Amino acid sequence: MKIAYYPGCTLKNRARELDRTARETARMLGIEFEEIPEWQCCGGAYTSAKDEIATKLASVRALAAGREIGDGRVVTVCSACYNVLKQTNHEFETNPDFDLKVNNYLGGAPEYHGEGAVVHYLELLRDEIGFDELKKRVVRPLTGKKIAAYYGCLLLRPSSVLAFDDPENPKIMEDFLRALGAEPVVYPMRNECCGGYLTLSDREAARKRSNAVKESAAEFGADFMITACPLCLYNLTKNTDEPIPVRYFTEVLADALGLGGE
Amino acid sequence: MNKDYKDRIVRMSGAAVQKCMRCGKCSATCPNYGSMEYHPHQFVYMVERGDVERLMASPSVYECLTCFACVERCPRGVEPAKVIEAVRLEAVRQKGMNYFKPDDIPAQLDDDLPGQALVTALRKFAK
Ligand code: SF4
Ligand code: SF4
Ligand code: SF4
Ligand code: SF4
Repeated sequence: MKIAYYPGCTLKNRARELDRTARETARMLGIEFEEIPEWQCCGGAYTSAKDEIATKLASVRALAAGREIGDGRVVTVCSACYNVLKQTNHEFETNPDFDLKVNNYLGGAPEYHGEGAVVHYLELLRDEIGFDELKKRVVRPLTGKKIAAYYGCLLLRPSSVLAFDDPENPKIMEDFLRALGAEPVVYPMRNECCGGYLTLSDREAARKRSNAVKESAAEFGADFMITACPLCLYNLTKNTDEPIPVRYFTEVLADALGLGGE
Repeated sequence: MNKDYKDRIVRMSGAAVQKCMRCGKCSATCPNYGSMEYHPHQFVYMVERGDVERLMASPSVYECLTCFACVERCPRGVEPAKVIEAVRLEAVRQKGMNYFKPDDIPAQLDDDLPGQALVTALRKFAK
């Protein structure tokens, strides 16, 4: 199958490995990520204020372009892109004024009213491929590895809009890890914030958050951690004293599927 | 106190501040509670009272992580993070009030910092 892909700015830059391993693993599993033409950065944060229009236009244009590819859904890999695109798409359902103003801005372009949909790559793995099938495709199982999945905020909240997983007791990444043969580590801080963008304005606060998350993972015996978010990876790597390595979920997927080195 | 501010914040955020029962759960769950002068439940009741200007002037508006833990866990569906976001926007939209400017960026760069952090901070702290 073919699906519209929104990589996001960070995956074109610091998080190239996330982009590369996502595309390659998807291709191996029979899903072709077709990059949306001329997409622009979504801005990294969805602004909840109802009168914010201009900052959401890049997301709307991406959603409208995605409508022309495959079955009209847009897949993202970065948690932040997922959150921003999905909340923007949802706004068409709840805010008629937004719908009207956005379409005025779009000018000559075809109208868009939220008919697209946004999915995360993890959801494709669960719902299109299926974790049972994924398990069969694993050639280098991660047997004996204790891996702590880090959800953070942006994949889960607000759950009323994202509906990604149970916001207080998610399991999609643990099920994913089990399919790869690893032993998932369930620890209390996996859905608490890493400090996010405060690393730029109040690094000390970000350090406290990241340390709390990693200490929790360490206490429960993790060998390493996985995330879907480049900013989580940065905070959990740079703003912490805890040495546990952090990797992208797509990198461990690539390893398990036998892609790349070793 | 200025009622116009209150009306604007309520309209922008869409948050039901009048439903707050002052249980404090939002503040109890807030990961950045310790760095805030005014805490999430205070944002909610001060906006309800129309006491918005003190919040706009407080560094607390820049300490919220938009992690949405308070929104998820409020038993009354009040959505405190949306209230804080509206107060912050009200502050940074005023002329000369950008908290974080493009000129501030070079000092913060390191080789691993994702672009995501920069664009998000600019979106949160500048108009
Ligand atoms: S969320 Fe991040 S990486 Fe994704 S496009 Fe938006 S800003 Fe760029
Ligand atoms: S955990 Fe950190 S980077 Fe990740 S989603 Fe939350 S704030 Fe963003
Ligand atoms: S959790 Fe909700 S009801 Fe309780 S104080 Fe906070 S806003 Fe008010
Ligand atoms: S969204 Fe802001 S106020 Fe609410 S819990 Fe997170 S940091 Fe605290």
